[in-house]
Amino acid sequence: MLTVRIIPCLDVDEGLVVKGVKFRDLKVAGDPVELALKYYQEGADELTFLDVGASIKSRKTMIEVVKKISEKIFIPLTAGGGIKSLDDIRELLLAGADKVSICTAAIENPSLIQEAARTFGSQCIVLSLDAARVNGGWQAFIRGGTYNSGLDAILWAQQAEALGAGEILLNSIDRDGTKQGYDLELIREISEKVRVPVIASGGAGNLEQIYEAIAIGRADAVLLASTLHYGEITIPEIKKYLKGKGVNIR
Amino acid sequence: MIGVVDYGAGNLNSILKAFSYLKLPARLVTTSEEISKVERLVIPGVGSFGAALAELRRRNLYSAIIDWLNENRPFLGICLGFQLLFEKSEEAPEENGFSIFPGRCQKIRAAKVPHMGWNLVKIVRNDPLFSELDSAEYFYFVHSYAVFELIDHVLALTEYSSPFASVIKFGRIYGVQFHPEKSGPAGLKLLHNWGTKC
Repeated sequence: MLTVRIIPCLDVDEGLVVKGVKFRDLKVAGDPVELALKYYQEGADELTFLDVGASIKSRKTMIEVVKKISEKIFIPLTAGGGIKSLDDIRELLLAGADKVSICTAAIENPSLIQEAARTFGSQCIVLSLDAARVNGGWQAFIRGGTYNSGLDAILWAQQAEALGAGEILLNSIDRDGTKQGYDLELIREISEKVRVPVIASGGAGNLEQIYEAIAIGRADAVLLASTLHYGEITIPEIKKYLKGKGVNIR
Repeated sequence: MIGVVDYGAGNLNSILKAFSYLKLPARLVTTSEEISKVERLVIPGVGSFGAALAELRRRNLYSAIIDWLNENRPFLGICLGFQLLFEKSEEAPEENGFSIFPGRCQKIRAAKVPHMGWNLVKIVRNDPLFSELDSAEYFYFVHSYAVFELIDHVLALTEYSSPFASVIKFGRIYGVQFHPEKSGPAGLKLLHNWGTKC
């Protein structure tokens, strides 16, 4: 049986891991290479790095971070943040990323997903979908959660799958960093309407909530940031808890 | 020296980085001349069955690889490199694989495709490749096609919708459907075993 993946997420700004609440108020949480090694040794199933600096300097630092990490850590690495072109993708893959996640550029230029999937294969193209509740539904936001694209999040997930996205990283802006639990309805809606794996993100604060994202939300993987970085929950604790609940875990 | 065949597809750096971490000398090989100078050969994963074969032919690597396999020299096919060792694939029905193993790769029929993530590899026949590994270990998979026909050469099986071949062997030719270079300590152990014991 395929296992549910536990994926620590490192938001990186100019070479340092940061984490905010609802995409704002970023605080420094540590060195990315050190944190990545710690999570790898604790049994992380994958790692995700997002460049939230979105400056040229921050991008260059990110490439260096990916290079260093891929020499020591042998699990899948996803990198994202500010990707706009096939060249950006190629640069990250050559640095050692196995997948790239694309958010804003995918909406502003949907042919990017299609071209990227054709060039590099769907398995390495992750649609990063930042969704927030608007008028009883969910809409897809871009530019670090600051701008409503006007697209219905569920329709966009289906469209991105059709364009060739191999996986969907689903972030709830409403729950990001709040520790109030995942937006279970959102996760379930999207998990049931696409055939590619869905990674649930945003809102994890305790073990029960992580279990709910899998059992109720039907997530294929869960992404965790602040709760891990601040040591409130550890990967071995999560794995032990989920195993106890009968979830397939490595 | 291990040669990693460069056919312009996939992330070749990750397998090279794994060999480098294990202190096993490895390099990319891009010509048949270079293939003749290495002792072991790896065809790594990612890409499509038809495009990979076309690219190997275009780069004049195809016949060097066929000769290598016919001489039963040390070989490891990873993911797509595993699938290329079979006769056929539904991904490119008109193409012929290297045909070292009988059978064909079929599209996975499951709720979620590709089969992506960590799954259990259950050893059905012991081999030096599995030295110091448990009889069932988790490895990382990413693929949309698999070999469900259970032929004699299977060393390990994995289940996703139904059981498929995850490790195969014929003489010194090995194939693994998963990505050992992305499978943490168990994957590194397997690569080390292949590089030193197989």
